[in-house]
Amino acid sequence: MSSSEPPTFDATRHWRLSDHASLRDESFGALAYHHDTRRLMFLKSRALVELVRQLDDYASASDAISALVEEPERDLYLAALSSLCVSGLISA
Amino acid sequence: MPEATLRDRLERGLASPICLTWELTYACNLSCSHCLSSSGRRDPRELTTSEALALIDEISSMKIFYINVGGGEPMVRRDFFEIVEHAVLRRVGVKFSTNGTRIDAAAARRLANIDYLDVQVSIDGADAHTNDRVRGSGSYAAARRAMDNLQAAQFGEFKISVVMTRENVEQLDDFAALARDYGAQLRLTRLRPSGRGADVWNDLHPTLEQGRALYRWLSDRPNVLTGDSFFHLSALGAPLDGLNLCGAGRVVCLIDPVGNVYACPFVIHDEFLAGNVRDAGFARVWRESELFTSLREPQNPGACASCGSFDACRGGCMAAKFFTGLEMSEPDPECVFGHGELALAAKENTRRPHSSPDHTRRVAVSLSPPHVAAKLPG
Repeated sequence: MSSSEPPTFDATRHWRLSDHASLRDESFGALAYHHDTRRLMFLKSRALVELVRQLDDYASASDAISALVEEPERDLYLAALSSLCVSGLISA
Repeated sequence: MPEATLRDRLERGLASPICLTWELTYACNLSCSHCLSSSGRRDPRELTTSEALALIDEISSMKIFYINVGGGEPMVRRDFFEIVEHAVLRRVGVKFSTNGTRIDAAAARRLANIDYLDVQVSIDGADAHTNDRVRGSGSYAAARRAMDNLQAAQFGEFKISVVMTRENVEQLDDFAALARDYGAQLRLTRLRPSGRGADVWNDLHPTLEQGRALYRWLSDRPNVLTGDSFFHLSALGAPLDGLNLCGAGRVVCLIDPVGNVYACPFVIHDEFLAGNVRDAGFARVWRESELFTSLREPQNPGACASCGSFDACRGGCMAAKFFTGLEMSEPDPECVFGHGELALAAKENTRRPHSSPDHTRRVAVSLSPPHVAAKLPG
């Protein structure tokens, strides 16, 4: 396993798709797989997939969300990123 | 992001399968009475090493995250490690099923050194007597030796894989204890009337009562793996962990040792043959074959339409229906409400289909050195 302590999601930090994870586009969004934990996850919106893919281009997760997600939905995407962080799909 | 539509989306098919099973060979040094693929003898048309490596490259380019490797006994292929190591190199994880007979100390160490590799050692009884009745004399001792070797090689959390039968459902706690002792994960799967399983299914499939007990046991133990095997039991109450749908041709498929692509690992029969990877590659079969396209159309709930639990079990397992002679529009033969038993009783004189290819050995096999070093009991 890549890390022993559970990661906490800090939106002010830079995040990106983990080296241990892969994404595959599907009609509903994408399938994500963590090669170490063998966990399969469903990203059930295209917008979330785009956000995850582009995280690396922004200084912080908050910046990425501000740039890519409309105001009323931002909390929803923040929560989604937080759960992907807990699953190890994105790393700092 | 409504949860309800995800299953509908999955039933319409995916760009690539989630769960691709690849049986490397029909050769096997055991002759289990319930073998899904009627394995025993190697097929002379099996994919060559270079074809196998090319298939992995295609699997990798389709972004299939992992493959389930089985057989036959995959480790009897001389290029087994070459194939596995190539897959892992191409970032395709490997979960492979084995009877354990070829996992000596050296093989265990080599397996332990491969990232992204999961091993499932099969036993079908918590003691030699129960196991060997199904898997053959000496097979329990051989599997336990494999587990000892994996543990000694510090493989980590391997899996102990058990097909649930009428004879071993009562041993669930013993299987759990065995897994705990090894630091292993327990994986339970459903007995299908496929391959040679057709011959023993009547006598070995769990009773309705046992099915209910299994459901309760699994509901209390979400960490026990099932490969989504028991979704027909989800009609009993809260759904079991998993996708709870028949994924055949939609999220699941099988590539057999000669490159034939079937809708799922349990339907090796011409009726469910979608194509062959040798013709135009695997992606083309997965994405364009007539069979898979039709499986991705909305299915007719048939006799189950009026059942209040249809949404929970979706009529059950296609393979279980097919090989017991039931129509796709009829209930699963192990329907928890007994509708399947009634449907079966009405077909008592119907001829049941049998898996098309049969590689069963013509003479009985017994485990012998060098694969099993210690003396076998009995």
